[in-house]
Amino acid sequence: MEFLFLLATIGLILGLKFMGDPVRAVLGNAVAAISVVVALIGVAITSYEPAAGAGTFNILLLAGLLAAGTIIGRLLAVRVPMTGMPQLVAMLNGFGGLAAVIIALIEGLAHPIGDDMRTTGGLLLLSAVFGGVAFTGSLVAHSKLEGKKLPKARRGHIVAARALLWAMVALFALYMLAPVPVIPFTTVLLLMAVISLVFGALFTLPIGGADMPVLICFLVALHGLVALLAGMFFQDTVMLIGGVLVGATGILLTLQMSKAMNRTLRSVLAGVIKRDTGGSEREQDIRPISAAETASLLAFSRQVAIIPGYGMAVSQAQGTCQEMQTALERMGATVHYIIHPVAGRMPGHMNVLLAEANVAYESILSMEDVNDVMGRYDAVLVIGANDVVNPAAETDADSSIYGMPIIRAYAAKQVVVLKRGMATGYSGEMNLLFDRANCRLLFGDARSSLRTIIDELKRI
Amino acid sequence: MTMEFTYHITSIDGLFILAMSLLLGFEVIKNVPAVLHTPLMSGSNAISGIILFGGLIQLMSTPPDRVWVLLFASIAVLLGAINIAGGFFVTHRMLAMFQVRKKDGRKP
Repeated sequence: MEFLFLLATIGLILGLKFMGDPVRAVLGNAVAAISVVVALIGVAITSYEPAAGAGTFNILLLAGLLAAGTIIGRLLAVRVPMTGMPQLVAMLNGFGGLAAVIIALIEGLAHPIGDDMRTTGGLLLLSAVFGGVAFTGSLVAHSKLEGKKLPKARRGHIVAARALLWAMVALFALYMLAPVPVIPFTTVLLLMAVISLVFGALFTLPIGGADMPVLICFLVALHGLVALLAGMFFQDTVMLIGGVLVGATGILLTLQMSKAMNRTLRSVLAGVIKRDTGGSEREQDIRPISAAETASLLAFSRQVAIIPGYGMAVSQAQGTCQEMQTALERMGATVHYIIHPVAGRMPGHMNVLLAEANVAYESILSMEDVNDVMGRYDAVLVIGANDVVNPAAETDADSSIYGMPIIRAYAAKQVVVLKRGMATGYSGEMNLLFDRANCRLLFGDARSSLRTIIDELKRI
Repeated sequence: MTMEFTYHITSIDGLFILAMSLLLGFEVIKNVPAVLHTPLMSGSNAISGIILFGGLIQLMSTPPDRVWVLLFASIAVLLGAINIAGGFFVTHRMLAMFQVRKKDGRKP
């Protein structure tokens, strides 16, 4: 049996390793999934205790639950549209968080923990707290991604969240350090679980849309940490290693994302209150362009680049975009997609969308590949991206996005920005790109604009 | 519930395992290309669903007359199972999409 667990652990590590390699990713996912199932069966067998009164009923119950969970999970996975991927991950992460809280509560309430076992108690407290934060945090993130109306974030939320955080730290310290127990363990556990649930919601509320990639990674990392703690608690090595791997993945991606935005993790997680951009408003010199003009501009371009952003996901324009690419390529142009690391609402969000639209691998480039040679593009189409092409990040030291690496769209010969309206990007900063002489704006829904462009192209 | 520890997390062995696996974890997923970020997230999220082992241990060692414990452990196991199954299936769906596209892309 021990051997089985060893195999499962190695499977998890190898699976995750393969998942980081484009060629072997499918295999990696399968290996990881099989390892989890193997370990699951092993744990079920070793933890089966007829002596404690468990019987056939327990086995049937477990089998039923696992079957039901698999069916529900599979339905969710098949039904979700590719644009809804961040929401699904957030929701699944929330489920896992809730499961962790319940498990910790059962453990603490049904099996009393003596005062001489504080390390064990501490592990339980921490896993309840992290699970709670991951649960409500993921739920709020999910609602935000779904675009549901949530109460507006106020200063008070941030202050309250900080107070709750300190309350948890104090409670934890009190439990761990007090020579004689001041509050019974069960009370501490319940209190901390409740506080963590409230805290999770409060702390996520002020974190805005463009910071979602960082937030989701962070929540996944947190969930991994819970698995790690639970692994310690239950003395289960597979759980422990699995938790560590997930935690490491989450933390690494979190750091990568915040680096791509030139922000510290701290400043992302502290939340942002939308400031009133009162004084800095000024009239921008905007030059609109029609879809027909855009089409003729594209028709005479040899090198075209497309910079997608969250707006493309919102208007579901990826398929239409691919059609336009085909049309342009038939006319002899080269079309590239340039993807900013934090475009969209989760890491790699744009890659998934373009993959869904069957965009070829070779035509997708990253920011670093092209920034120095942007001048070679005759036309750049910015679809639903804003802050990631704002030159203020390079030129305006007062800007809140100053220092963030951007795609240098402005360096191309001609830029056309597809926009719904004059709203600013997530940062609230005015986009200085629109002032540039080589930039023109095409107003309207991205998908219908692209549709018109394709129709016009066919006529040329 | 009996707690027969084969190793103690406070012992140096436990910390050793922790440190090694942390290092290993970072090493394994360093330098993942951006294309794979989303599948990697959903895949690792699925793995973290193994938190359900805790509920499973509880479920398998509780007599049927402790209704409340069984009920809540069942909820935890169900949620965990959804987390794992949903995560792996959706990751597979995404990766399969990448795969198909690559084959298409190679054709002229």
